[in-house]
Amino acid sequence: MTMHGMRGLSVFISDIRNCQNKEQERLRVDKELGNVRTRFKNEKGLTPYEKKKYVWKMLYIYMLGYDVDFGHMEAVSLISAPKYPEKQVGYIVTSCLLNENHDFLRLAINTVRNDIIGRNETFQCLALTMVGNIGGREFAESLAPDVQKLLLSSSCRPLVRKKAALCLLRLFRKNPDVVNVDGWVDRMAQLLDERDLGVLTSSMSLLVALVSNNHEAYWTCLPKCVKILERLARNQDVPQEYTYYGIPSPWLQVKTMRALQYFPTVEDPNTRRTLFEVLQRILMGTDVVKNVNKNNASHAVLFEALALVMHLDAEKEMMSQCVALLGKFIAVREPNIRYLGLENMTRMLMVTDVQEIIKRHQAQIITSLKDPDISIRRRALDLLYGMCDVTNAKDIVEELLQYLSSADFAMREELSLKAAILAEKFAPDLSWYVDVILQLIDKAGDFISDDIWFRVVQFVTNNDDLQLYAAAKAKEYLDKPAVHETMVKVSAYILGEYSHLLARRLGCSPKEIFSILHEKLPTVSTTTIPILLSAYAKILMHAQPPDQELQNQIWAIFNKYESCIDAEIQQRAVEYFALSRKGAALMDILAEMPKFPERQSSLIKKAEDGEVDTAEQSAIKLRAQQQMSNALVVTDQCPANGAPPAVSVGQLSLVKVPSMVSTEDHNSTDQSLSQENGTLSKVDSQPPSADLLGDLLGPLAIEGPPGATVQSERNAVSGLKGVLDAVDGSAIVPVEEHTNTVQPIGNIAERFHALCLKDSGVLYEDPYIQIGIKAEWRAHHGRLVLFLGNKNTAPLISVQAVILPPAHLKMELSLVPDTIPPRAQVQCPLEIVNLKPSRDVAVLDFSYKFGANMVNAKLRLPAVLNKFLQPIPVSAEEFFPQWRSLSGPPLKLQEVVRGVRPMPLPDMVNLLNSFRLMICPGLDPNPNNLVASTTFYSEHTRAMLCLIRIETDPADRTQLRMTLASGDPTLTFELKEFIKEQLVSIPTAPWAPVPAPPAPPVAQPTPQIPANDPAAVLAGLM
Amino acid sequence: MGIRFILMVNKQGQTRLAQYYEWLTLEERRALEGEIVRKCLARNEQQCSFVEHRNYKIVYRRYASLFFLVGVDNDENELAILEFIHLLVETMDRHFGNVCELDIMFHLEKAHFMLEEMVMNGSIVETSKANILTPIQLMDKSS
Repeated sequence: MTMHGMRGLSVFISDIRNCQNKEQERLRVDKELGNVRTRFKNEKGLTPYEKKKYVWKMLYIYMLGYDVDFGHMEAVSLISAPKYPEKQVGYIVTSCLLNENHDFLRLAINTVRNDIIGRNETFQCLALTMVGNIGGREFAESLAPDVQKLLLSSSCRPLVRKKAALCLLRLFRKNPDVVNVDGWVDRMAQLLDERDLGVLTSSMSLLVALVSNNHEAYWTCLPKCVKILERLARNQDVPQEYTYYGIPSPWLQVKTMRALQYFPTVEDPNTRRTLFEVLQRILMGTDVVKNVNKNNASHAVLFEALALVMHLDAEKEMMSQCVALLGKFIAVREPNIRYLGLENMTRMLMVTDVQEIIKRHQAQIITSLKDPDISIRRRALDLLYGMCDVTNAKDIVEELLQYLSSADFAMREELSLKAAILAEKFAPDLSWYVDVILQLIDKAGDFISDDIWFRVVQFVTNNDDLQLYAAAKAKEYLDKPAVHETMVKVSAYILGEYSHLLARRLGCSPKEIFSILHEKLPTVSTTTIPILLSAYAKILMHAQPPDQELQNQIWAIFNKYESCIDAEIQQRAVEYFALSRKGAALMDILAEMPKFPERQSSLIKKAEDGEVDTAEQSAIKLRAQQQMSNALVVTDQCPANGAPPAVSVGQLSLVKVPSMVSTEDHNSTDQSLSQENGTLSKVDSQPPSADLLGDLLGPLAIEGPPGATVQSERNAVSGLKGVLDAVDGSAIVPVEEHTNTVQPIGNIAERFHALCLKDSGVLYEDPYIQIGIKAEWRAHHGRLVLFLGNKNTAPLISVQAVILPPAHLKMELSLVPDTIPPRAQVQCPLEIVNLKPSRDVAVLDFSYKFGANMVNAKLRLPAVLNKFLQPIPVSAEEFFPQWRSLSGPPLKLQEVVRGVRPMPLPDMVNLLNSFRLMICPGLDPNPNNLVASTTFYSEHTRAMLCLIRIETDPADRTQLRMTLASGDPTLTFELKEFIKEQLVSIPTAPWAPVPAPPAPPVAQPTPQIPANDPAAVLAGLM
Repeated sequence: MGIRFILMVNKQGQTRLAQYYEWLTLEERRALEGEIVRKCLARNEQQCSFVEHRNYKIVYRRYASLFFLVGVDNDENELAILEFIHLLVETMDRHFGNVCELDIMFHLEKAHFMLEEMVMNGSIVETSKANILTPIQLMDKSS
């Protein structure tokens, strides 16, 4: 045994090997641990040799899977042994047994540093390796400069420098600041001129980490990488030792091409040409050879070259060459190549518009779904999932369904989840979607998560014309002899809600529906029984005319379960029984379930959550992102899936119709409206106090036309909370005495801007009147109520309100009374229909007479573009195909916006959110960029998805680049301008609030705005 | 991108060498090794050398009674890792002369020394067999 005479260790290993079973092994290990423990306790008597031996035993035992909770100190202490063999064991075992957070490791930091800066290069190597493997933040802080020095030192030998490179990589990951040193980037670039391929191999890994973090800083490294690649590809100056089966270091070639994929593009024409020559040579020159190792190595290089070509978005010819190669690969016998062919096709889908060419291989890919190897089947499934769009969804989903019955158990859940998502995303019609889900439940009920059947219920509930169909289908499935419990659940729900729609069909009377459902009850678990009970209650309610026999039957069941041990079942039984005796009232209580608020498909979310996240930003994800930034400049690409953009956009909206009822939320969150109205900041808005009259008549009435600031101070001081409540515009504020000048209270422009973000609040106020607004928006419809409140003890007369609608809005104002009685409030509803996208603003021309004063005000109405938006979350897999398919003007527009009012990024996020543009975090890897999505509603466009990308410049916050895409050119333009206005202008009016002047003695009754020049009025309002 | 762990396991599923480049607790290691062994050892020659497991991709290769299993990130170049395994085996061959399971068992420290020269922090440091073996040869001479 050559184990440096460690006979005791060899004996121990032999003993372990001879153990007949796990139990014997455990006994032997326990004995040894006891032995080692005793020896360590008496440390003084141990020679370094003995320590070394015991520490190896510990490592061996640990490798066998036994906990070793002692001796760490001894392992660490060996690091400071003077002789190499002990020191080496100390370093290696320490890095196997400990992690970066271990206290003992910190104790060793000085010894480690001494070894690194010392003269002994073998010690240097040991120390660098350990720090490289388990060094933590503290190491990064104290050792980085030393490690950098070694890496760059010309006197250091390659064997030390290559380890320094990877050690620095570790320290960089622990603390990215370690490379924030003057001149570092240049040195990194110089490092790439290195001739030694060992140093280059390590340095390339370091470079990959650095460029993945910040490619801009390292652009000088790009041509050097190309040079290295060229040197290897042409086999120039490559020592024999670095040639593997005739191929110059395939690992360095792969790593170099990986580094290149982190640069968005290669701009320099010479570099680009050289690179493409090399790539072309790899693409064309890789042949299949007999020797497995050579073949693998050359294909490793080839696959990386394919990835790089895709990334560089090469000319069409080269791209189709790539797809052709991959197409060949997925049909070969060799399973590794087949696997990689499928995997790379999937990656290719993420970065380029090759969907159409890949579709040609659909048949072969479907064959791979039946491959004997599960690894390959998984790749095929992923690829089919990725290549699916409206044109082939039916075929692909049918294939998945067919495959489901024979698929491995390990894959069924993923398979059914993916089929469900595809069916939802690309359903040509919703009845097909229902068919697919019910088939899924039928074939693989055990693998169908609740999310899947919840989702189909949601669709059926929200789509009236689907309900009859779904009910008929549900009944069909229940008629089958063996029914999965999930099918019972979904059918019971659907039949409970909608079986009355079937009532006229044969075999679908309430009684019959009840009996086929009830047949299932003995077979189901306690989670399903409550659903059945609800269905019974609803069936009973729908049985018209009432069916006495059915009622008795169902009541008997409720009675039976009244004493059920399961609380949910018991409660339902008791309640339904009581309710069903209420006769007609039952109708209201058990009425059809309301529509569900729309939300992101939990399935899609689930699929996304399932995605792995790797330690380092993966190149493929980055590539996908960079592809997106390419799309910004390329204007005439074909739509990704060959369908006109409008169709695919419509497709998305078909499935994701955002909430039609969610306006409730806006209202409730906006209850505190007067707070943000610019003038009344921080005043709690509370419901009117019960003693409103007392408040009104109290001594706190506003005197004279106060300026905004004065008013808010007064509010804060006097606590005039209830009076100013403006939630429904009912504030009625008495004015005691007044001069005959009418000045608006508060800033009209600010009020307007505030209302653009909220749905209720004060639009206008002066000493005599307050006009409040409350609005509700549903898709392209809006209902806005004007609350005209007379603040005086005398009537307002000659009240007139005329709407001046812009061309894109249809507006109907109900009758406005001529007179508003003293201290009264009248409500005037205004119906709005948005016809098409436009930023034009409607104006309310309002006038009244009070005493001798004739007052006229032209007020902008907050029926603005963003009111017809509905935020919608979009996942990466939805976003990128859409973004690509909307490929340039006029559907996609880009503009560099200057003069932006500087704000921190989170403020911008809030601003955009407040305009109902939903920020989708994580879609853009650059933290300075924002990606947002929303749905716009108008009669002309219907629901249309809009995608927005904003690239900000952290160095100059006054400018940004904005890209906007939607399926309608006008919408794209108008929305872009709209957002721009929000970003550029500061919503303060040109005329600042007048600092509460003592009423100017001008007898002119009109407020500042000249009444008869609409253009001037509008200009003034802007 | 990188190597997360390297395992050497015999066909009975016993671990002969385990080197992790990320910290897992003992329980996690035991569970992971059990799962991987069950998955990979059941595969036949006609199947590909890649298995997806949890967040890893396992690239594996069998030499007589010994399996070499390398866990990598999902976007690692699989074939490059597959041939890296072969390079490791060739390197051990050069040192031991036709390496076998017993060599690795009884010379665990040497196997670790070699790996240490080849992989650091999950990245490949060296691919020249001569350079990899130099420190070990030096040590053999001195002892």
